[in-house]
Amino acid sequence: MQSRKIEQRFRIIRMLVAVVIALTIAFGFVCFVSKTPFETMGNFLFGPFLTVRRLGNIVEMTIPLLFTGVSVSIMYSCNQINMASEGGFFLGGVAAAYIAVTFALPYGIHPLLCIIGGGFAGALVCGIPAVLYVKKGVLPVVSSLMMNYVSLYLGLLIINYVIRDAQAGYPCSYQYRDTAILPDLFSKTNVHAGLLIAVMVLILGYLYLYKSQWGYCIRMIGKNPNFAKYSGMNVAGTILGCQLVGGFVAGMGGAVEQLGMYGRFQYQALSNHGFDGVLIAILSHYNPKFVAPAALFLAYIRVGADIMARSSDVPVEIVYIIQAIIIIFVAAERFLEGWKHREIVKASRLELEIKGE
Amino acid sequence: MNMVLQSIFSAEFVYSILRMATPLILAAMAALLTKKAGVMCIAFESIMLFAALGGVVGSAFMHSALLGVLSGIFCGVIVAFIFAYFVLILNANTVLTGLALNTLGSGGTVFALYVICGDKGTSTSLSSLTVPNVSIPLVEKIPLLGSIVSGHNIMTYAALLSVILVYIFINKTALGLRIRSIGENPQAAESVGIKVVRTRFIAIVLAGVLASMGGVYMSMGYLPFFTRDMVAGRGFMAIAAQNLGGGMVVPTMLSAILFGAAEALPNVMQSLRLPAETMQMLPYIVTITALFFVGGTHKGEGKRHKK
Repeated sequence: MQSRKIEQRFRIIRMLVAVVIALTIAFGFVCFVSKTPFETMGNFLFGPFLTVRRLGNIVEMTIPLLFTGVSVSIMYSCNQINMASEGGFFLGGVAAAYIAVTFALPYGIHPLLCIIGGGFAGALVCGIPAVLYVKKGVLPVVSSLMMNYVSLYLGLLIINYVIRDAQAGYPCSYQYRDTAILPDLFSKTNVHAGLLIAVMVLILGYLYLYKSQWGYCIRMIGKNPNFAKYSGMNVAGTILGCQLVGGFVAGMGGAVEQLGMYGRFQYQALSNHGFDGVLIAILSHYNPKFVAPAALFLAYIRVGADIMARSSDVPVEIVYIIQAIIIIFVAAERFLEGWKHREIVKASRLELEIKGE
Repeated sequence: MNMVLQSIFSAEFVYSILRMATPLILAAMAALLTKKAGVMCIAFESIMLFAALGGVVGSAFMHSALLGVLSGIFCGVIVAFIFAYFVLILNANTVLTGLALNTLGSGGTVFALYVICGDKGTSTSLSSLTVPNVSIPLVEKIPLLGSIVSGHNIMTYAALLSVILVYIFINKTALGLRIRSIGENPQAAESVGIKVVRTRFIAIVLAGVLASMGGVYMSMGYLPFFTRDMVAGRGFMAIAAQNLGGGMVVPTMLSAILFGAAEALPNVMQSLRLPAETMQMLPYIVTITALFFVGGTHKGEGKRHKK
């Protein structure tokens, strides 16, 4: 028990060290680029907390990340490196846009249908790599990345040829009908009702992965597929099922983001939410319980970088550098391993001494 | 339709296939090397991006295309080195490390581009040099064949040469044999005294050199400048090509050429007036379909233990 506790503590310490290293390296870059590095870094770290509007920005940015974070957590829990949540998020948004533009439906039902439609689009995108894996043994890493490009161009095809508003002056869809828009929750910010849906998804995702039989099967397959198989679990079916569920959540996220934040579909490239979801899932150790703090953290550094980019000449892309460094250090299993090992040895010695008395 | 068929069966089309396939062939050879060493490396996207930027910046500041190519390869190899260090020494998950490096690639190159040229889109403000095209004497005189084979970028010939070199390296040298045995069974290889970590390190760095050449070609041959995210998934398509090739050199090259053809096709089909998006989708759909029919080199969980 002791050593497991230490393991857990070290997981958190390693994460914090990773964040500190990433921020230090980022500071190095800032020093290199900016003439007033301390002020710039101050803007980056403390800027997001200064006004209500900026705090609102953090929450707005967190909402889609909650969806993709839960989505990736579900998909990765059974050890499937499926990156299609990026494409699922995008195509989910497109599907929602199509429904929001085309059909006339009453308030309440309209956004619901948009979100469900988006969910099915996402499930389709994430399901195809899973089918390829289960039927043909194709590793999902490559096929899902190809799916991302397919869903990007398929989505753009729909936006630019089916529901394009030719009068808008730039490539985008028609305006969403008023009935489909998710209302804002607080004044002064754009925090929309999608937050409530996101929290619901978070709770359901946790219950699904950690408190249900399906979740147990998924995690067992992720840890040891052979054991799962010989104890009679339906491995192929479970893998396919949880990729579909994960894709559905990603697609829902895309739909909610569209209906909550935009009046028309404006993306002309992938939005990167799916890849952010991967970072969040890694930080939260594939547990939806920790997805919220991880998503808030990512949104916070995003908003910070945005403020920094506006007030200085440091480009906003510095966030990706920070993100990459965090992932790589969290993934590095042997990083700080010696320290952890010594701690475990010390703890077990202590335990032995107590027993010896 | 007739016009399309005519242009498909023309020398220019075959020429453009080779032009498109050059980075794919180089990166696919890199993917093959890492695959043989038993490492799942998906960081080629980032290696190629950094190499592409390094090549442009190097050639602009040192006023030499050759030095540009070398500095591009240097940048790419550094990324490969980081990958190898984290995966082999710090025992990081290969896919997550690759993913992190790819994030670093698309963000870091734009960051560097902005710092160097003050532009986040392209490097056109730098007067960078390109790798020249060469025509092969005598061969260029042969009708049809001459216009297909001759007049390519030097990097294209380097790509074709790399196929031969990789074939010889893997199948005929002692180091190649060691790499293959590690990929087959690392424990067995270690038990006869092969240093697994060191050999894998060498394989990844060599793969980094090959992939970097593909990246350099993107910004110094295919286009004369760097644009953000210009690799556009070619690093991943190369892995798919290696999958399709089943870990063999010549089939891997052929699949890379197939994907090159899928990328060259849109230019020919323009006269059909199809939406641009359908054409842009084509290479990726071809990849997925091909993966579906050939299947993975890694068998699914259900099949692995049947014997």
